[in-house]
Amino acid sequence: MSQDIRIKKGLTIKLTGDAEKSISDAALSKIYAIKPTDLLGVTPKLAVRVGDKVKAGDVLFYSKAEESIKVLAPVSGEILNIERGAKRKILTVQISTDATIEYFDFGAKNPKDLSSDEVKAQLLAGGCWPFIQQRPYDVMANPNEAPKAIFVSAHDTAPLAGDVAFSLENQKEAFQAGITALSRLTEGKVNLAVCGKSESFLNDVKDAAILKVTGKHPAGNVGVQIHHVNPVNQGERVWTVNPQDVAVIGNLFLTGKFEPKRVVALVGSQVKSPKYFNMLQGANLEALLTENIELDNSRIINGNVLTGTQVAVDGYLDLKSTTISVIPEGNHHTMFGWMPFTGGKKFSMYRSALSFLSPNKKYTLDTNLNGEERAFVMTGEMEKVLPMDILPMHLLKAAMVGDIEKMEALGIYEVAPEDFALIDYSSSSKIEAQQIIRTALDIMVKEVG
Amino acid sequence: MGLNKIMEKYRPLFRKGGKYEKFAPAFNGIDTFLFVPNHTTKMGAHVRDAVDLKRVMIIVVLALLPAMFFGMWNIGYQHFSQLGEATPFMDMMLYGAIKFLPMLLISYGVGLGIEFAFAIYRGHDINEGYLVSGMLIPLIMPVDLPLWMLAVAVIFAVIIGKEAFGGTGMNILNPALVARAFAFFSYAPSMSGDKVWVADASTVDGISGETILGQLAAGADTSATSVMDMFMGYMPGSIGETSVLMILIGAAFLILTGIASWRIMLAGVIGAAVTGLLFNALDLNPLMSFPWWQHLLVGGFAFGIVFMATDPVTAAQTDTGKWIYGFFIGVFAILVRVFNGAYPEGVMMAILLMNVFAPYIDHYVVQANVKRRLKRLKTA
Repeated sequence: MSQDIRIKKGLTIKLTGDAEKSISDAALSKIYAIKPTDLLGVTPKLAVRVGDKVKAGDVLFYSKAEESIKVLAPVSGEILNIERGAKRKILTVQISTDATIEYFDFGAKNPKDLSSDEVKAQLLAGGCWPFIQQRPYDVMANPNEAPKAIFVSAHDTAPLAGDVAFSLENQKEAFQAGITALSRLTEGKVNLAVCGKSESFLNDVKDAAILKVTGKHPAGNVGVQIHHVNPVNQGERVWTVNPQDVAVIGNLFLTGKFEPKRVVALVGSQVKSPKYFNMLQGANLEALLTENIELDNSRIINGNVLTGTQVAVDGYLDLKSTTISVIPEGNHHTMFGWMPFTGGKKFSMYRSALSFLSPNKKYTLDTNLNGEERAFVMTGEMEKVLPMDILPMHLLKAAMVGDIEKMEALGIYEVAPEDFALIDYSSSSKIEAQQIIRTALDIMVKEVG
Repeated sequence: MGLNKIMEKYRPLFRKGGKYEKFAPAFNGIDTFLFVPNHTTKMGAHVRDAVDLKRVMIIVVLALLPAMFFGMWNIGYQHFSQLGEATPFMDMMLYGAIKFLPMLLISYGVGLGIEFAFAIYRGHDINEGYLVSGMLIPLIMPVDLPLWMLAVAVIFAVIIGKEAFGGTGMNILNPALVARAFAFFSYAPSMSGDKVWVADASTVDGISGETILGQLAAGADTSATSVMDMFMGYMPGSIGETSVLMILIGAAFLILTGIASWRIMLAGVIGAAVTGLLFNALDLNPLMSFPWWQHLLVGGFAFGIVFMATDPVTAAQTDTGKWIYGFFIGVFAILVRVFNGAYPEGVMMAILLMNVFAPYIDHYVVQANVKRRLKRLKTA
């Protein structure tokens, strides 16, 4: 039983530097760090102090609002530093790593034998709850609520995204166990979106409804899939989990260990030989990056080039990130750079550059804004890249003025910032659409909840 | 890069705390024209499309060039051919250039001057919108319009038509058409009649400057102008509007690049054709019996529907809305032509009217979208 989703709108940005299909082991970092700021809406309450010894799976901090939600240490070692920012906000909790990792044992359990509440308890105790995200608002799920469905998108269409099936190749069993565990959490279905054009083990996963997705980016965005299969209405909840996190959840049930493994695609034009690396959540990136990328004038991004966040060369792998993209900075002036049809290296959704003549060519794009912010002038360009029955410009305008009723009416419950990433990209007025939507969602959480 | 070094020297003077900080918008306007700035993405998507507002506007200007060059030639051609003088191509171009370029300079000079002044006054960057308006305004004027009238029309259009509403992106009416409407109602003798459409028609006997629509409204016979002449543009009219061929080249360019809405253009043609057909069936006066497809070739219809109706700021903004908006421009353009004998050119009025109704059309399209969402909630 599978359902086809064909997306016609959108834009696939083909960039140079996609990952070769080989996985290397990244050396165990000396330092791992968890950033509470990766978890939107969570105010951390620390459970450790500098100097404490922890095992992998010991609690680092709780969520102040809901203490059953715990964030665990990915490795064993000693708490090295708790870095704070303005108003003593916790930025990172750093752990210096032991030579071999010791694990806290949560006890292996078969999710099939457990009730919904027991599965939930295991996920909360085992530090896997932060992997569960909720629509509306794109924030962490609330364990006291029940979703009408759960969605996992195992088809990533973002620029330079890794192949999900390939990165889960060694985790088939864990992935299946994770899906089974998730299926206990909802009365509805677990929907697993897979690439509609290729066959992999994902097509045969049990306890889930398979969605075969084809089309341009953002076809792989879980929000687009939800919109086409089981849209979120006012007051409803849908949960989403990233595929690699499903495997971490599965491992928790199979082995009783919290082991946040990541197969990270190191990609982009500034990477010497782009490929996949076995890593753990929160790993320090310095050793990996100095060895593998062109450091000079590079922007390093935790995640893909559309939705990721910039990270320093000695930064850490984000909690949920499975891609590190490295592209050139674009801090240069270009004389008469606005002249259409000049500069063969330029890529444009409008046919204002020659890129439309060679649709399969890969481009090396840098971070130049290619212009400056201007008033809204062009219309219809946003609609081209948002494959939902939503009027993006009207929603953005309602979001800019914080009009809650209008946002509700126009579909704010269905969208996440990532769904607006291509609008950031393609806007001729250089509108920061993701930022506007995130701010609006924060208002909605506060006012409506 | 020598020029960049020079600009680099002056940039700090206009930054925050610099000596000429107040004039930063003006300096930036020139700087950003010479060099796409070195600004990099600070939030959101890390890579951005090559397109920006400047690129969009330049593409529209490029699309206008064929019509502009033809218009310059046609100024000379109409003048000399009516005098019965055989004149070489280059002389006609030269004559046209002497007539047209001052108008273009006045339009850009006055318009951009006001834009710069407002940008400095408001402390925001200069939006590139006027690059197109400044080109459109002289192209939709008769060739003998005194330059001071043109300047006053530009001032009115930019200040009342645009800046009063908040500047580029906020205006309700198309600024170029505001300029034309202002000139038309203020200086009617210079904007209409049979003496303004060919250079020197009012001073030299033997030149008649009547447009086809003017002849039709007067009940005259238009068979002297062949259909081919109408299509190619060998007839009197506003400077840029006569050649359907050149306008179609511009339209193709705009549609290919994805800058202008093909929906509006197609819907406009359908609207005008349907209305024209209806009148052909009634057949009560020369304007009604004028074949519907020839309505598409004469007057400002082609120019208006391609370059002015598609102005994204003043058009309907939703895809469905664009169909409705374009269709009614077509309908009203022909309606005004047929029923308003005093003013046989209906496109300007039709577009201005639909500019006013565009937000209303969008409102219903948005409500339909909202209702679909509510209905889903009820059936769920």
